[in-house]
Amino acid sequence: MKARTVDTIWTGVLYVLSFMVVGLLGYFVITILIKGWGFWDLDFLSGLPSNTKEGGGIGPQLFNSLYMLVLTLLISVPLGLGAGIYLAEYAKQGRLLSFIRLCIETMASLPSIVVGLFGLLVFVTLTGWGYTLIGGALAITILNLPGLTRVCETAILDVPHSVKEASLGLGATKWQTLVKVTIPAALPQIITGVILAAGRIFGEAAALIYTAGLTTPLLNASADLSSKMHPLNIFRPAETLTVHIWKLNSEGIVPDAKLIAAKSAAVLMIMVLLFNIGARFVSVLLQRYFTGNKRTNKRKMKIAS
Amino acid sequence: MKGKKPINYWKSEYIGRSLVTVCGFFIVLVTLAIIIFICSKGIQSFTQSHIPLGEMLFSKQWAPNQSEPKYGAVIFIVGSTLVSVGAVVLSTPIALALAVFINYISPWFGTRVLKPVLELLVGIPSVVYGFLGVTILVPLFREWWGGVGFSLIAGMIVLSIMILPTIASIASDAIGAVPRAYLEASYGLGSTRWQAISRVIVPAARKGILTGIVLGLARAFGEALAVQMVIGNTVKLPSGLYSPTATLTGILTMDMSNTLNGTAWNNALWTLAMILLLISFLFILLIRAIGQRGEK
Repeated sequence: MKARTVDTIWTGVLYVLSFMVVGLLGYFVITILIKGWGFWDLDFLSGLPSNTKEGGGIGPQLFNSLYMLVLTLLISVPLGLGAGIYLAEYAKQGRLLSFIRLCIETMASLPSIVVGLFGLLVFVTLTGWGYTLIGGALAITILNLPGLTRVCETAILDVPHSVKEASLGLGATKWQTLVKVTIPAALPQIITGVILAAGRIFGEAAALIYTAGLTTPLLNASADLSSKMHPLNIFRPAETLTVHIWKLNSEGIVPDAKLIAAKSAAVLMIMVLLFNIGARFVSVLLQRYFTGNKRTNKRKMKIAS
Repeated sequence: MKGKKPINYWKSEYIGRSLVTVCGFFIVLVTLAIIIFICSKGIQSFTQSHIPLGEMLFSKQWAPNQSEPKYGAVIFIVGSTLVSVGAVVLSTPIALALAVFINYISPWFGTRVLKPVLELLVGIPSVVYGFLGVTILVPLFREWWGGVGFSLIAGMIVLSIMILPTIASIASDAIGAVPRAYLEASYGLGSTRWQAISRVIVPAARKGILTGIVLGLARAFGEALAVQMVIGNTVKLPSGLYSPTATLTGILTMDMSNTLNGTAWNNALWTLAMILLLISFLFILLIRAIGQRGEK
């Protein structure tokens, strides 16, 4: 066969494969939306799940997922940012740094079930808390910390050197430069990374089965905050939406388990889509804001000092 | 006026610096804690429950609740290995095709459509993949080949889609990093685009592609719920692609809560977790070795 013909054939094959992958995603989204049609029903989204009868909702699970997300971000973003700053600005090249990097890589590749089991040992048994929301949040923090650290580190390293040098040249210390110059400049990238991480936190399940548990107590907002029934108490068991889908699939005895699982999957899918589109949108918006308002920012800084 | 005062170095440098250093070392601490805790639990089956190491690693019998309990992990290790290797075999050619497509065939379509699509595929939660497998693949296989439908091949396919973005994005970066001069030199010798890609570009990006494959393998090996939902979880070696089997992660998700702390069964499960941890560590070392080989 002529080389030209071979070339054309392979180009065609590559086109077909690429379109196939795009089609696959479309197929997934459409299948989930069709199977879980009607997931936007408020009775379903806010209703209580039922153990025996049809028509249960996913209210507590959805709330737990969102609460877990907020809690995890509150813990993991400062830690990730701190570690990222350390790696980008303060760590010195050498044995120590390469050991830290090995640790981060190891942590990043830990299977989530192993992290969940570590959580079972430490946050559930050792502390005596039992299955808790905070235990779950800490476990997913471990899972997300390496990714967040990497995002923050590259964002800080991407800030041009000349900007930092200008600040240092004016007599600012390294830390002052970081807080007032480097981090604001790196913020759009960091925020995009955090939103993408949020999507992953929302979808995590394996690490939660043995840390946040498979049940949710009957929630009652008027109960005492220290009571296991108060929705905001972080020391209560909390089954998230993802764990709920898994449970319905493996041991669901409700007659409409399949349908509830499908609707929950649709809700998850929509959330993931929103997180992804949100990350894109926010990054464009922030980029425009930070490059367009340089002058006012500088004036503010002048007044502040 | 403020500038004339000596700078308070504590306030403006040392506190912040110590805080971020603590964050950096926190990661090291947590990683070491995970390894120490899991391993100290994992070796209890040998120190406390006196399960022979040979039985654990080489016996095909897993019968922890019999009167004469057996704790052989071979089925799970083989199951995990087969399903993740199968996923990589299915996924790598497509991932490579996507990587080439993004860089050389249609960069516009690649960056505008394919890359966002891959990012979305990464974002889909693993339970949703598992759910898709249960609702689409399993009934399909049941219809085609009979049996239960839960099978090794279902696990492979689900996993291969999950690791596709990992391999594709790393391979794409590697292929994109090949100097343009290579392509031009190849064109200058009269090659077609496909000849240049297949004989020059892809071999030149070999190292990065290999890293992507190992990372994909690591991710597949550690994936728990999606596989557990479709593979059937029968504790026996698979007799073929269409027969159900069990994986390390699957047995851990299902059985850990059924066992009491301190029993031999429970200890054996922790040993499985330790094996999982050690294997994932092995993958990291492998990636490091691949990275260093080219530098010399």
